[in-house]
Amino acid sequence: MQANFLKVEGLSRVYPSVRGQAPLTVFDNVHFSIDQGEFVCIIGHSGCGKSTILNVLAGLDEPSAGLVFMDGREVSGPSLDRGVVFQGHTLMPWLSVMKNIAFAVKSRWPDWSRIKVSAHCQQFIDLVGLTGSEHKKPSELSGGMKQRVGIARAFAIQPKMLLLDEPFGALDALTRGVIQDELLKICAATAQTVFMITHDVDEAILLSDKIILMTNGPRARIAEIVRNTLPRDRSRSDIHKDPQYYRIRNHLVDFLVSRSRRMADVSAGEYDPRHPPEITLGLVEVVATEAVATIKQPALHLV
Amino acid sequence: MRPSLNLRAALVSLLLLGVLLLGWYVATLPQASKAVNVDPEYAALMGGGAVKKSGMPTPAEVGHTLIDKLAHPFYDHGPNDKGIGIQLAYSLARVLGGFALAALVAIPLGFVVGMSPIMQRALNPYIQLLKPISPLAWMPLALYTIKDSSASAIFVIFICSLWPMLINTAYGVAAVKRDWLNVAKTLEVSPLRKAFQVILPAAAPTILTGMRISMGIAWLVIVAAEMLVGGTGIGYFVWNEWNNLSLTNVIFAILMIGVVGMLLDALFAWMLRLVAYNE
Ligand SMILES: Nc1ncnc2c1ncn2[C@@H]1O[C@H](COP(=O)(O)OP(=O)(O)OP(=O)(O)O)[C@@H](O)[C@H]1O
Ligand SMILES: [Mg+2]
Repeated sequence: MQANFLKVEGLSRVYPSVRGQAPLTVFDNVHFSIDQGEFVCIIGHSGCGKSTILNVLAGLDEPSAGLVFMDGREVSGPSLDRGVVFQGHTLMPWLSVMKNIAFAVKSRWPDWSRIKVSAHCQQFIDLVGLTGSEHKKPSELSGGMKQRVGIARAFAIQPKMLLLDEPFGALDALTRGVIQDELLKICAATAQTVFMITHDVDEAILLSDKIILMTNGPRARIAEIVRNTLPRDRSRSDIHKDPQYYRIRNHLVDFLVSRSRRMADVSAGEYDPRHPPEITLGLVEVVATEAVATIKQPALHLV
Repeated sequence: MRPSLNLRAALVSLLLLGVLLLGWYVATLPQASKAVNVDPEYAALMGGGAVKKSGMPTPAEVGHTLIDKLAHPFYDHGPNDKGIGIQLAYSLARVLGGFALAALVAIPLGFVVGMSPIMQRALNPYIQLLKPISPLAWMPLALYTIKDSSASAIFVIFICSLWPMLINTAYGVAAVKRDWLNVAKTLEVSPLRKAFQVILPAAAPTILTGMRISMGIAWLVIVAAEMLVGGTGIGYFVWNEWNNLSLTNVIFAILMIGVVGMLLDALFAWMLRLVAYNE
């Protein structure tokens, strides 16, 4: 396992002023890193720049400042090494489910035979539970089914890193659970590195090794990074039996409800953007509550 | 159960046809009352019978011509007497020639214009200036430079087919969803594969709509162009029959122009359905 497999340094994104308005700084001086095989979720309110960060990691968007390194090399454009599941569904409507996925697979392995390509595609169609819909066009699928095709397409190219932008947003609870389990399995089996945007706190706790919390925009920054101390072989059915689960969950919900806004107002001071506070809740209760308290303190004074 | 909408519409269509034919029939009935006032000798001089027939052919006459001409569409008795099939074939060949040339130029150029904002701005004034010019206005220049009447007609078709295809292709290519291009980018798809497997299918409905408009205009223009250059073709046929004062043949030719135009349009409608997609 390579530490700092992905490294983000001093990332900023500024949209230039339009019609006399002040330029919009979406986020500023963001630093974080992801180890190989690590599953990282990012949580923050709508509009704080999560998708923008993901697009920069994908190589589709240029940051105004800062650098991204993956596997020791600078990310300067899109690459097959990073599979992306976009926020909206981005299937090609003139291609069937199978052909949408085959398009990606052929891009990855241009000299595979037709049979090999379709067998490989079938495997991932089965994985996301779309067996029987191979030859349907995207317009004949529900929103959740389309999203699953997008997921299958990204998984099928077996990238070094997956970038997922709210991939389960349009899924019902049941399907969501099934695919989350599959994702966990794939990640466990292949030590897949994942960067995922989500709005769902439970999903973040179930899937991720660490959770990046972003303050509200504009000028969003990383408020803190929460380590998930639950054992890695957790499962959906018994995760909530662990007392740590509620501590982490309450911490995250509390962040989303109130602190994300308050922390956005905190001026620099003791905050070091290179090393945003890293929270390890759960293991020892007393220590954890203290840690929370110390972080809360300055925010409360300033509001 | 009520008959289907299609069936009822077909019945109304047939009824309208009947009314039209009846109106035509009544309007071209021999007018006996007038003939009474005419000196019989004069009437005999003018055309035989006491009954003067109007210059407009009756439905029965046109019907006869229709059957006669369609029974032998491909006979060729010299420059002024060819079957309707031959004349239409000449016109179609010119239209297809000019149209194909235009497609060859307009679609690649439209790709370039659609993909490059610079080219779009640079070429826009030319397109805007050239587009509203009646294609027939090019005819003298074409005749002077090409010196061949048939090729000049093809050139005129080329010019008039060019603009709708060019504009639609450029628009369709420029309007391809960013999302699909982003997918292609993250998959490191080569530019050629991107052009043929992403942009072309995405823009195909818009491009084909442009081709359909072009074909419609080309079929309108070929009749006028052939009236000018003469020799062969359906336009020449109409003009020639007018000079022969054979309105029956003119009406027959008008019908044929309509039928062929309709078939061409139906062909493009069918192709459009093949490439259409729902988002
Ligand atoms: N082309 C653009 N021009 C100007 N501002 C933009 C542009 N694109 C995005 N923004 C701004 O950037 C900010 C971040 O957008 P982004 O899509 O990254 O948000 P997000 O965190 O993914 O939100 P959500 O959770 O709703 O998906 C938004 O405030 C948006 O207004
Ligand atoms: Mg987003």
